[in-house]
Order: sequence, then structure tokens, then C-alpha cells
Amino acid sequence: MKIGIPKALYYYYYFEKWRYFFDEFNIELVSFDTDREIIAKGNYYASSEMCLSLKIFLGHIAKLVDKCDYILIPKVDNYGLKDQMCANFSCLYDLVNNLFDVKILTYEIDYIHNLNELKGFIKLGKQLNLKIKDIKKAYHKACIKFNKKMKEKIMINTNKLDSCNKKILIVSHAYNIHDNYIGKIIKDNLTKFNCEIIYSDLFNNTSDLSFYLSNELYWKYSKQNIGAIVLCKEKIDGIIFLTTFPCGLDSLVNELVIRKIDKPYLNLVIDDLDAEAGIETRIESFVDILEQA
Amino acid sequence: MANYYIPAKYLFSNILNVDIMIAPFITSKTIELGSKYSPDFVCTPFKYTLGSMIEALDNGANILLQFGGGCRYGYYSELQEKILKDLGYKFELYNLINAGKADVKRIYKTIKKIDKKFNVFKGLYYLFIAINMVKYMDKIDDYIRQNIGFEVKKGSFDKLLKEMLEKFETVKNPFSLYVLYKKYFKKFKQIKINKPNNYLKVGVIGELYTLMEPFSNYYLEKELASFNIEIKRFTNVDYLLFNNKKVHKKALKNSKKYMKYKMGADASSNVYWTKYLCEHKYDGIIHIKSSFCTPEIGVMPIIDKIASDYDIPIIYFSFDANTSEIGIKTRLEAFYDMIEMRKKR
Repeated sequence: MKIGIPKALYYYYYFEKWRYFFDEFNIELVSFDTDREIIAKGNYYASSEMCLSLKIFLGHIAKLVDKCDYILIPKVDNYGLKDQMCANFSCLYDLVNNLFDVKILTYEIDYIHNLNELKGFIKLGKQLNLKIKDIKKAYHKACIKFNKKMKEKIMINTNKLDSCNKKILIVSHAYNIHDNYIGKIIKDNLTKFNCEIIYSDLFNNTSDLSFYLSNELYWKYSKQNIGAIVLCKEKIDGIIFLTTFPCGLDSLVNELVIRKIDKPYLNLVIDDLDAEAGIETRIESFVDILEQA
Repeated sequence: MANYYIPAKYLFSNILNVDIMIAPFITSKTIELGSKYSPDFVCTPFKYTLGSMIEALDNGANILLQFGGGCRYGYYSELQEKILKDLGYKFELYNLINAGKADVKRIYKTIKKIDKKFNVFKGLYYLFIAINMVKYMDKIDDYIRQNIGFEVKKGSFDKLLKEMLEKFETVKNPFSLYVLYKKYFKKFKQIKINKPNNYLKVGVIGELYTLMEPFSNYYLEKELASFNIEIKRFTNVDYLLFNNKKVHKKALKNSKKYMKYKMGADASSNVYWTKYLCEHKYDGIIHIKSSFCTPEIGVMPIIDKIASDYDIPIIYFSFDANTSEIGIKTRLEAFYDMIEMRKKR
């Protein structure tokens, strides 16, 4: 049996956990890297005003449809009142269900209504006719492995703060910066100019720190990103805000943060019209400014 | 928003010992001001509210109230406060909503801050009257929407509505309000209308602000009425404040085929309403929203699918700060011609 996992949105937060979980049952996972073909497919299915990240997600689904038995799309609504998700995340399942003819595995996480992750995984396993006892065991094992892996990633990211190169914090949702298409251009360019890249999503407990910049913020991942700015304000040289057009959360949050920080920053908004040269020029001039400062 | 400033003004002027100022009616200057200071791709209600806040501050207000929730509406206030403070205004802005959900404690604390002599029982009493007022207004609005396209003497509905709202402002207790409502409902029913047998029915759904603020949708409902069409609109303050949860539950139960989970803001209600309009044989559906409204963008493909399953025509309008009015009129006219031709066949 093959389970397709679109390499967009949820992938960057949960994939490792899913992989360890399904490894226990010897189930194969399929996913592809984002490329131009996928974006073109996504554009075909998406309506014109959807954000680029969502278009990419739909493109992945279109590619996966005939290459696997199931596609996994959970619905994560919130992790508590102050840790909500973007409104796009809650319509993914129904969107795919209506647009494509495919079997979907799904579960819901909604801490306000007492649906936690374990309950979600049990629901997920039941759809595959697994035993509850095995599911629980596999879930706990996956969690341990996942936490270990995350710790390593966070260690690497935190250690970069002590590097002697120019240090640039990238404030962006994980599904943008780690994406093979959107994020790669920026990463490549920054390494070309000898910059150390620090990711805002790979830190420990930064959500609470976001309070210093915005006390009413209630989106989980925006809070993480903004908290990272507070955490390493002293150690970094510049900030790059990476946004896909037209991201609803970033349009407000980034504007507020930009008005409050006193570091050099670059606000990059990416649309699917890719002009790599344009991005390269902007990053180059930004690095030049940092060097002269 | 539309005529709803009347119950709001009534409520606050009776329970608080402060001067209430009604923000000036929204004009094209408001939206110009708002979009000048707004971020690039924020949704249009942000621009409208920011614009009218600036106008209110220019007129001398020093306390602003903001509430809303469900999507990024709940986060407006913090950024708006920062933008206005950066512009050099001195004021206090209170957000009555906590993380997109209503918070009774926070509302009470805010009110106490504004007026120390605030009396809870008096507050609840007037709140009760204001709620009833909203409910009655919504009921009368519903009736007007159904019939305004067929009035014999142009403007008779508007005239009577204005008269009623003036009377509403002066009521003292719930009972006299009820009597007034009954009296005017009778009067509305007496207005002569000329409804043909084979009239067109159109449902209007979409994002709440654009639906309820007539300026932001370029008086779309008036335009529709001039074509002699009966209009059905579900979104009103009564729904937003009191019936929200009930409708969402109903929506999930009724449209299982198209929807499994509850979606952001009014998205899932819109799916349900689309299905309702299709099942009740309406001649067309108009979906309006402000540009970049995230929850609505997410459900548009689903709504599209329902409409094509039932074979009902649907048209989408996306309003931004500088949408041209003529363009919208042309599209609306074409849509009207199309549904009229379908009806004749």
C-alpha cells in the first residue's frame, strides 16, 4: 500500500512524525519535490486569488492522484485558543475532496474541542484497519524519534548563531523556506554570498516570546516566527521576511513587526511568476548594505 | 455598517456616560485614506475600517472600539492601532474580542475602564433592548429585500424604513419597541407592490463585511432591485452574533456530501446556503467578497461544484479599493439577461 503525502503545507510540520509512524506498519510513503510542472498544475486547479503555497499544494495533489492508494490530508484547526492556524488549512480536505476523485485519509486536531494528536492518529489508523494497541505504541515511538530529530535540527540552527559570517534570519513559514522551489533560490543566493542562514521555525519555545512584539497574535506558526526575532535580535545582522503572495497572516503580522524592529530587513514577496534574476539582485543588494553597515 | 449603527449607538449612549460619535458615512474618500496607509495585500474591510477610524479621529473622537473574529479580522486592531499611532494620533483603541472569540470578561473590563460608574443590570437591560432591535430590523430588512424590486411607487420602502429607525432611537422599554415593530411591519405590508407570477429570485452570499456595507459592494442590492428581482440574503447581524453556531452545525449536517469539517469564518455557512438556494430553485446565485478574503477563496471551488451539480448559474464579484463601478454594473446586467433568458425557456 502507498500513501501519498503532498510536499507542501502540512508536510513541513508533520512529515517526520508520519514517516516514523507508518514505518512501524511497513507502509510506503510517496511524495515529490516541487518543480515548475507542479506549479503549473496547481495553477490550473486553484482559483486565481489563492496563495502560492496553496497552489503548490494543489499541484502536488494533482501529481499524486494516480500514483498512490490514499492521500493523507489532516485538518489541524488549533492547538488551543491562542495557537490557531491559517483559515486555508481548515478547508484543505474539503477542497481536495471536491476537486479530485481520490481516497483521502484524514484526522482532526482541535484542542479547544478536546481532539488531541493521539486521538487524531487513532482515527487515522482506524481508517487503515489497524489495531488501537498498535497505533498507540507506534505513535509514542514516532513521537520520541520525532522529538530527537527536532532537537538535532534545533541544535544545528542555534549553533549557527555563533558563526562569524554574516548571519541572516529568515522569517517565513516552514512550508515556504524549506520548499524546493520557493526557498531554494533564496538559500542558494545567500550561501553564494557567504551568509549564514538561520531559520525562524527551528527554535525552542519561541512562541511565548512573540508577546514582546505583538500581544494579540493568535496564530501558532506566526507566533513562532515572530518569537525567533525577539530571541536572536542581538546576534543577527539582518532579517529577510519571505512571503508568498497573498498570504493573509503575513500581510498583517509582518507589517506590524516591520514597524517595530530596528534591524535592517528585506521584505520578499514571491508570486509564481518566477524571476530568479530579480530575487538575486535584491538579495545581493541587501547583503551589500549589511556589509557596509 | 448599513443601519446597524442605530442599535449600537442606542446601547452605548444609554449605558455609558460618554459622548457617542457616529463615524461619518463611508465615501470614496474613506477608502482612499484607508488604502493609503494599509499594507499591500490586506483584505478590503481593513482599509475601510482604517479609513473611517482616521475620519473619526479627525472629527475629534478619542476612544475607538473594534471587534471581529473568525479569520484575520480578530487581529486587525493591533496593527490599526500601530498605524494610527505612527501617524501621530492620540487615542485609545479597545479590542473587545480575544483571539477571534468573544470574551465576556474582557468586554466587561473594557467598559469599566471607559466608564467607572457602569452598572451591570442597566447594561444588560439595554443590551436586551438593543438585541431585540437588531432582530426586528433584520426581519424587516428581509421583508424589504423580498419586495423592494416590485414597489409601485419608487422609494416608498426607503422612506418608511427611515421613519421607523427614527422612532426606534427613542424607545424606552422592550414592550414599546415590540409594539412599534408590529405597527411598522403592518405598514410595510400595506405598501403596494406589483409582483408578477413569474418573477426572478436571486440569492446573495459571501463575505460578511462586503455583504452588509452597501458602499463596499457599490449598492449591489439596489441595483438588483432595479431589475425587479427578489433578493435573499442570509448574513445579518442576528446571524453573526446569535445564530452562528447553530447554522454551522446545521451546515455540517446538511451538506455532508460537500463538506466534512468546519471552515474558517462564514465559509461553511456559505456552502450550506449555496445548497439551500440550489434546492429551493433560485434562478441565480451571486457570491461577493472583498479581494484576498482567505476563507472565501478556499471554498469558492466547492461552491462552484455545488452550483454546477444543481445547474444553477453563479457569478463571483471580488471588490477592492479601486474596483470600477461600471464594470460591475455591466457584469451584473449580463448576468441578469442570462438568468432571464433561462427563465423564459
